[in-house]
Amino acid sequence: MGTYIVRRLLQAIPMLLLVSIVLFALVNIAPGGPMSAYSRTNRMPEEKKEAIRRKFGLDKPLPVQYIVWLVGNDWIQIDEDGDNIPDGYGTRKGILRGDFGFSYKTREPVLELIADRLPNTVYLMFFTLLFTGIVAIPIGIISAIKQYSGFDITATTLSFMGQAIPEFWLGLLLILVFYATLNNPFTGEALLPSGGMSTLGAEFSFWESIWDRAKHLILPVLMGLVGWVAWYSRFLRSSMLEVINQDYIRTARAKGQIERKVLYKHALKNALIPLVTMFALDFPYIFTGSLYAELLFSWPGMGRLFYTAATGRDYPILMAILIIGSGIVVLSNLMADIAYAYLDPRVRYS
Amino acid sequence: MGTLAWKRFRRHPGAVVGSIVLTLLILTTVFAGLSPYDPEESDIKNRYQAPSLEHPFGTDGLGRDLLTRTLYGGRVSMSVGLMVVAITLSIGVPVGSIAGYYGGWIDNVLMRIIDATLSIPSLMFLILLAAILRETDLPFVKANSVMTIAVVLGALSWPTVARLVRAVFLTVREMEYVKAARALGASAPRIILKEVLPNGFGPIIVESTLGVGYAIMEESGLSFLGFGIMPPTPSWGNMLNNAQEHLTTYPWLAIFPGVMIFLTIISVNYIGDGLRDALDPYKVLGKVE
Repeated sequence: MGTYIVRRLLQAIPMLLLVSIVLFALVNIAPGGPMSAYSRTNRMPEEKKEAIRRKFGLDKPLPVQYIVWLVGNDWIQIDEDGDNIPDGYGTRKGILRGDFGFSYKTREPVLELIADRLPNTVYLMFFTLLFTGIVAIPIGIISAIKQYSGFDITATTLSFMGQAIPEFWLGLLLILVFYATLNNPFTGEALLPSGGMSTLGAEFSFWESIWDRAKHLILPVLMGLVGWVAWYSRFLRSSMLEVINQDYIRTARAKGQIERKVLYKHALKNALIPLVTMFALDFPYIFTGSLYAELLFSWPGMGRLFYTAATGRDYPILMAILIIGSGIVVLSNLMADIAYAYLDPRVRYS
Repeated sequence: MGTLAWKRFRRHPGAVVGSIVLTLLILTTVFAGLSPYDPEESDIKNRYQAPSLEHPFGTDGLGRDLLTRTLYGGRVSMSVGLMVVAITLSIGVPVGSIAGYYGGWIDNVLMRIIDATLSIPSLMFLILLAAILRETDLPFVKANSVMTIAVVLGALSWPTVARLVRAVFLTVREMEYVKAARALGASAPRIILKEVLPNGFGPIIVESTLGVGYAIMEESGLSFLGFGIMPPTPSWGNMLNNAQEHLTTYPWLAIFPGVMIFLTIISVNYIGDGLRDALDPYKVLGKVE
């Protein structure tokens, strides 16, 4: 198993390099660019711009720029003023050493911006996934055990609807219903807040502030939840059905095991295996978050950071999020495979 | 096989209802031109009219009739959906066939490219591509046109089909009849097109049908975010984007385009589900689940 993991990790390296080349190439054919922040104010003299270009290695051909972006230039002598006499070493460390550069707009280090936003996204996604599990798992199990019952048909229909409803439209509807239409009967205020993570500037006691944060969570969680529940409950239903029809379940029944134990002890255990794999594959969403929910509910997370950067052509932020995101996707795929092989002894590493 | 599949398809209630609803939706968008209003010309006097007999869906901030815009928007969204599937098939089927038929290093290279494409977070990658391509002229594709969005979505959706086609080749490649064809001297294109690919028709048709739905959903998402179809050309997504600003004052702006997306996608999904059951060769006729 150890060699398997090592081999898979080694295979991931060329793939991530490929991803980084594709992204680097895309961003370099894109309009705007590192110098666009300076050209907005045309006051900067051409020589100064030239010096900046040299300092950041933008005068070099693209392949060299790619290498510098990857491994940095603190080992290369840089000739900043163009007099052919090196003026010292570069300052970039390269993305491989965690230097994702600076935002074009705010000049802040990209990694710091991400570190600021990431906890908010994890916080939102944690509750979204938690409630997905709480809702979807019982629905999937009951649907499978009582196949073609009224409950199953209703659940299946609802899950079709949940998969067809656009997430952003659902968000708009939730705001319309819970913010614009329904009021709190005691205070007359809107039933639920329509944005932010908490009420700003309010003086709350400890419990009040927890309740306030919870209220701000409900709508964004609900918005993300519907699609996930629809997908996971259907997935668990079919996985449970597959298990229930297997011989060893018939054997368990034949030897007189009580039905409850057959279902929850024998069947459920195996039916949950594909779910674990599926969850490992969906794990990257904890990092990238739900872009629509964060936008609609002004949630200061990764999705909104990406969106603002995309509208403002702030490429270092876009590159960083996409590269780190791809890395997490690759690792999650590996984790899914390992989990599957670990939980299902029929699978052999090869 | 055709009649058998059709018999099974007709017994799938969701698929039948889905087909009827989708046909109606397509008809309304085809006949959108019958509307007395223009989808793009503004009529400031009549802005933000609530739904009435004259304007069944109301009007928007520029006084344009929303029903008319919704129907024209459907035209745009549905044609994007079809174009994306056309792109997906024309890249995915050849790539999957070549990888699956030849195997070896060709397969390895193609599969690594596919893995790499699929490992980039998809919605964010779509946004980046759309942001770049909408300002870039491609051969045959004008910057910032409806086609641009189709190219962006197509560029990210072909790997799924390629994988599917490759899987078909892997299961069939070593079968006796393929070996026989090869022994008889059949050329590679002949074996690929005549002997192996027909085995994949069922899954490819199902995947393409569902693909139209995904593409419409993704297009509306991108347009909603402002990276898709650009106004004044209406699309369901950008109409919803428009609705956001005055959501609480003029809620009707947000209702109808969303209902249309929802109805289209749920119909497409039910049709796909019906097709999956109908085209499954291992399913016995009469036992419709």
